[in-house]
Amino acid sequence: MPQGAEASYQEYLAKGEFRIQRCNSCSNHVFYPRALCPHCGSSDMNWTAPTGKGTVYSTTVMRRKPDAGGDYNVCLVQLDEGPRMMSRVEGVAPKDVKIGMPVKARIAGGGEEEHFIVFDAVGA
Amino acid sequence: MAHALRGQAAVVGVGLSEFGEVPGWSHFELMGQAVERALADAGLKKSDVDGIFSVVDRASLPAAMAAEYFGIRPKVMEGTMLGGSSFVNFLQWAALALQAKLCDVALICYGSNARSGKIRPGGMVPIPYESPYGARLVTSYALAAARHMHKFGTTREQLAEVAVAARAWARMNPKATMRGPLGVEDVLKSRMVSDPLTVADCCLISDGAGAVILTRAEAAKDRPKKPAYLLGVAAETTHQGIAQMHDLTVTGAARSGPRAFEMAGLAPKDVNVLQLYDAFSINTLLFLEDLGFCKKGEGGRFLAGGTIAPGGKLPVNTNGGGLSCVHPGMYGVFTIIEAVTQLRGEAGERQVPGAKVALAHGNGGSLSTQVTSLFGTEEVL
Repeated sequence: MPQGAEASYQEYLAKGEFRIQRCNSCSNHVFYPRALCPHCGSSDMNWTAPTGKGTVYSTTVMRRKPDAGGDYNVCLVQLDEGPRMMSRVEGVAPKDVKIGMPVKARIAGGGEEEHFIVFDAVGA
Repeated sequence: MAHALRGQAAVVGVGLSEFGEVPGWSHFELMGQAVERALADAGLKKSDVDGIFSVVDRASLPAAMAAEYFGIRPKVMEGTMLGGSSFVNFLQWAALALQAKLCDVALICYGSNARSGKIRPGGMVPIPYESPYGARLVTSYALAAARHMHKFGTTREQLAEVAVAARAWARMNPKATMRGPLGVEDVLKSRMVSDPLTVADCCLISDGAGAVILTRAEAAKDRPKKPAYLLGVAAETTHQGIAQMHDLTVTGAARSGPRAFEMAGLAPKDVNVLQLYDAFSINTLLFLEDLGFCKKGEGGRFLAGGTIAPGGKLPVNTNGGGLSCVHPGMYGVFTIIEAVTQLRGEAGERQVPGAKVALAHGNGGSLSTQVTSLFGTEEVL
């Protein structure tokens, strides 16, 4: 039996590839990775390469003392394919991340920790 | 025809522990104090309890642990963890168990030493795909508030009205933790935690416990206190992690509320007093909209000018809420206790005159689980 969706997702990221699931039964894209499509319940899902493009759906500045690393951004990004994911936008000040801002995905992490997706502001 | 559960069960006893900062007391010790007071309030003995409904922050088998701690062997045990709404959710299952005569006396209980024990609600199991980003519980609520402001033009001043109203009520509650004056400007000037929420938009972290005892309606008449009849209760969940919430401006209360009202045969206009789980100021605003007390998107304007404060047209969170009275991590049980206190006419200076219908709404997780309950006096039964 092949491995589960979570392990496959991480394996793709480790190879430098951002992949999300797409349901063969109802055609919806799915994130986070799971065994059954949350839209129609089908287990027939394929991995697909999203464009990586998305839009900030909501955003906040988590306040933190400078000596602890300073303020940081946490946001929700809606991928162009539909699914939403938690992430952060890098390369701009946390307060300058705005709802509606176009962003592009990039793979971060690795080494001791798991890989994960961050976003860069498009045109910034 | 009335719903089969409407008015079938009633709260006959409530108990609060000492709360706020109670160092040297464990969560079960505080719970014990609340249970002792609830039993005395109901005129019942602990040996009368044959149904236990409990969750706590730290216990593997909370209902069994509570039963063991109190030395009882209940026939019905329930410990479904929905976060802070769990206790309002227990009302539904307690009412069913009582109606089916699976048990005769249902005890809903909770205790926490979150403040003295330095237990943070963030101690939940991390959500994969969210943990790398440093999100805390407040993050989810800040994201919802930011989205509401973006979509509807809600302002920080309007949000602050929630905290200001809660404090004004708390100032009339001798048990409330925070009783100093608080104005809109004070909220806006408070330390920002997660934009747009300041520390004054966030609930307290308290030690405290609460207990609620229910019986079937016909047995409730024999108890010393005026029964608070459970007229309606309904639950809904839309997600666990905030990234999976379809619309951050619409909670599951938009569906639990109408179902609870339908069961009760009541409408928002019939409600005299509301207890809405205010983990953060945005909660109260969202629930007022979702439960039908104002239109979606108009919560900010609805709140302006002290609408929900003492003297306003809609009394909300009359104990001071999680923002100013008490919040030990899972506040839901306290919404029930204050609703019952108001219906009995025992709320002292903060009493809403002639309150006959009270709404208690529980929230859990990151706006994840919503449970709405409606209580009434005998007149509306």
